[in-house]
Amino acid sequence: MTAATLPIVAAGSPRGTRMAIRQTLAMAKRSTKETFRQPALVAPSMVFPIFFAALGASSFSRATSLPGFPKVDSFLQFSVAATIVQGVLFGSVTGAAAMATDIQNGFFDRLLLAPTTRTGILIGRLAGSAIFGAFQAAFFIAVLWPFGATIRSGFGGAAIMVVSGGIVALAIGSLMSAVAIKTGSAEAVQGSFPLLFVLLFFSSAFFPRETMTGVYRRIADINPVSYLVEGLRELVVVGYSTSAIAKAILIPAAICVFAMLVALGQLRRRLAAR
Amino acid sequence: MSAIADQELDALRAARSLSMRNLRNIRRLPSAFFPALAMPIFTMIAFSGTFFAITSLPGFPTDKSINWYMPLGVLFGSAFSGIGLGFSTIRDIETGFYDRLRMSPTPRRALLIGPLFTSWMRVVMLNTIVIPIGLLLGARFSGGILGLASLLVASVGVATIALGWGLGLAYRFRDMRAAAIMQLSLFVGLYLTNAQMPLELIRGWLYPVARLNPVTQILNLARQGLVLEDSSEYMSWNNTWQGLAAIAVMAALTLVYARRGLDRLDA
Repeated sequence: MTAATLPIVAAGSPRGTRMAIRQTLAMAKRSTKETFRQPALVAPSMVFPIFFAALGASSFSRATSLPGFPKVDSFLQFSVAATIVQGVLFGSVTGAAAMATDIQNGFFDRLLLAPTTRTGILIGRLAGSAIFGAFQAAFFIAVLWPFGATIRSGFGGAAIMVVSGGIVALAIGSLMSAVAIKTGSAEAVQGSFPLLFVLLFFSSAFFPRETMTGVYRRIADINPVSYLVEGLRELVVVGYSTSAIAKAILIPAAICVFAMLVALGQLRRRLAAR
Repeated sequence: MSAIADQELDALRAARSLSMRNLRNIRRLPSAFFPALAMPIFTMIAFSGTFFAITSLPGFPTDKSINWYMPLGVLFGSAFSGIGLGFSTIRDIETGFYDRLRMSPTPRRALLIGPLFTSWMRVVMLNTIVIPIGLLLGARFSGGILGLASLLVASVGVATIALGWGLGLAYRFRDMRAAAIMQLSLFVGLYLTNAQMPLELIRGWLYPVARLNPVTQILNLARQGLVLEDSSEYMSWNNTWQGLAAIAVMAALTLVYARRGLDRLDA
């Protein structure tokens, strides 16, 4: 079939929309398969957070009696939220690095040459990260729950946490994809990871804000990661509350919208430069 | 007799040249040395800020979290200084530079002593930056000059151990797979200790592991000059010899591991 015989589908037409959705789904499937087919790449994002959770549970078991520490069954229960966010941050970088690899090895250019939806290229890749993020959240809950990390909001709360894991992955994946599209370098994506790590550490992810003082407390107060983790934590140690659900879903969703706009902007700039 | 002395002199000259080359690489490729510098500063600030409140736990041996976490940061940086030379050795093997070195009449031990000198110089550079930052953030050496000396000895010891381990892995794997193992083992080795909490306050599975892990003794040596004078972890001959013994045994084992790896590379 030559290019002249290809059916012409208008982008805004119902048929065009259906085709764009099909293309996006195909790319989402590819990126999900790619993630799960490379266990060596994703294993650290599954193993390290569990290791740090186990380490913290043993090291800081006595810290739960400190003034300002929330009422928890164990330090492990306290650290479930941080474990999820930490794991998802690690995992999201892998997805964005894969996108940069696609750019480096020319696959991205071949996609652009094909009559595919431009936005779908990005959304499809990010959908793979989101699915993996949700899987990670479910995995961490399933592994930690039997060891005493009881989720007070039950299975419903756990489901919200899984959804939140997916949205966080989407948000961070979008930010990292913007770096990938701008630089076209997997090394640059990996190199920007420490920034996320700093953001995580300068938050209330590992210890409650109420126990912090001075500049450190002020940084944790303005760091959105603090509120995201606290929302998830509330679902674990307290139970259902509107504020917990809002923090767990709306904060990552807001970051996600911002990050997607940045990533789409980078994509547009890259396309315009061609 | 003079032939032996000449050989020793040759080995030292070659080691010095290799060491200078490695030092020049810091200027040429700063990104390779940067983690060794950033890691301890980050660890020190992030840990002492996050876990600020744990000093109020009964039995905690210092009233400032920075006193507890500065030595941990220094040892992390020292370990990275050591394995960083493992990374550059892998690069040299991959680019073929190492083959040229092995074909030249360079004494084999110079290939170990050169990086060893570099790792010690890197540790000096690291401590010159990290310790003053720690002092600015409020760290105080309750043990005075001897406390500072304990921290420096522990720092040099950990760099030596990490270097032996890094070179041994580099010679065996000969590609960047070894880098992941180096970093992973470094994190696990340093964290499965009293890195975050004093041994007496640890509960559960970590306690027996940390007690048996010799790195705990090295951390005790590093910290003994920064804790309260009435704590059991304060400067004592017991803490000192245990730390020194742990360094001596682990350094000997990892350097022998590196030497055997080098011999295997030649075979």
